[in-house]
Amino acid sequence: MERIPILRMGDFLLVTIQVDMHDRLAMTLQDDLTTRISKTGATGVLIDISALEIVDSFIGRMISNISAMSRVLDAQTVIVGMQPAVAITLVELGLTLPGVKTALDVEKGMQMLRVIGGGSVVPPESDGDDDRQEY
Amino acid sequence: MIGGEAGKMALYQAVLDNEKALLDEWVKEQIGAFSRQGAIRETELRQQCETFLRLFVQAIRDGNTTDLRTPEWEAVLRFLSDVSSSRGEQGFSPSETATFVFSFKRPLFTALGKAHQDDGKALADAVWEATAILDRLGLHTMDVYLKTRETIIARQQEDMLELSTPVVSLAEGILALPVIGTLDSARTQVVMESLLQRIVETGSTQAIIDITGVPTVDTLVAQHLLKTVTAARLMGADCLISGIRPQIAQTIVHLGVELGNVTTKATLASAFAVALDRQGMKIVRSKPQA
Repeated sequence: MERIPILRMGDFLLVTIQVDMHDRLAMTLQDDLTTRISKTGATGVLIDISALEIVDSFIGRMISNISAMSRVLDAQTVIVGMQPAVAITLVELGLTLPGVKTALDVEKGMQMLRVIGGGSVVPPESDGDDDRQEY
Repeated sequence: MIGGEAGKMALYQAVLDNEKALLDEWVKEQIGAFSRQGAIRETELRQQCETFLRLFVQAIRDGNTTDLRTPEWEAVLRFLSDVSSSRGEQGFSPSETATFVFSFKRPLFTALGKAHQDDGKALADAVWEATAILDRLGLHTMDVYLKTRETIIARQQEDMLELSTPVVSLAEGILALPVIGTLDSARTQVVMESLLQRIVETGSTQAIIDITGVPTVDTLVAQHLLKTVTAARLMGADCLISGIRPQIAQTIVHLGVELGNVTTKATLASAFAVALDRQGMKIVRSKPQA
């Protein structure tokens, strides 16, 4: 079954949506992401939607829900790279996603997470993944 | 009934017999009618008239004259549409365009008069028939002319929309959008799209919408502004609104428009200062003030 990969970068989780979201895919992502957050104790989640070109009210609400759920699990969520057309559509649908943090690209989103989350991206040479403490 | 089959046949015969003379008269009539000299070349005009006459004779022969929507008239109407729309694009006046068909009346009536010198009834029938057809053709010409002009106006409006929404870059990561004129739905759409597009292109995180040039702000305009600000925020850029004049501030409050947590500033300069601050930059004086 099709899945959206969730990559781990130190304290943060990186989700890049490269395919068109359909409803079932969004539900699976919601399940996967919450599971991963609680398992890894990530402090930040970065969702890159720069390749997402079509949204409907359901997907809009899913984005909003996912970031709310992450917050409940004590992980800050930043949505990055929203396309102009997608932003306009969401606004026209009345989904202004209050409380969701946004950034222009992954670079800026990471920076934002570092500032607000206080976590760190562990350099690749140090084997940080194994001895990570659960929060 | 006036006209009818007899009138149609008389008309057909008259046009067919006098084709050459009609053409000369008609062209001469039109050349005189143009206010500007050299607005159209005589050879071109002559060619247009010739084509029209040929199609016209065919249509009268094959078709009925009471309904111009039949297939027999299609060629005539299409040709007239072409002439009319090309004149519309070249900037001919409406009367100059309509003259093409209406100036045909005099030569045609003269020809009919000659053919039926001694038969008043036949002459009346033929003239009526000719008038009825030419009037309808003339109206068709005007319809097409107006449509052409309307297309041109619509295109110009589009151009104006594009022109009137320049997004300028003030500093690294800071964009400004000076809005001049009334914001309606169509315009907001263009403004919003061009701003968001530029935000993506330049990777700017601060956008200033300056409404100094917006004469009035009503609830609709305020709503449009809020939409733009929200859309920019969704993409990860901060939006400031500047250039709010005292009257507009009053109107906004009187209307009960909730600007929410949008940062608003009185002048573009103060909004720019805020944007610079958020970017971690500042402007310093390099020389003491003279």
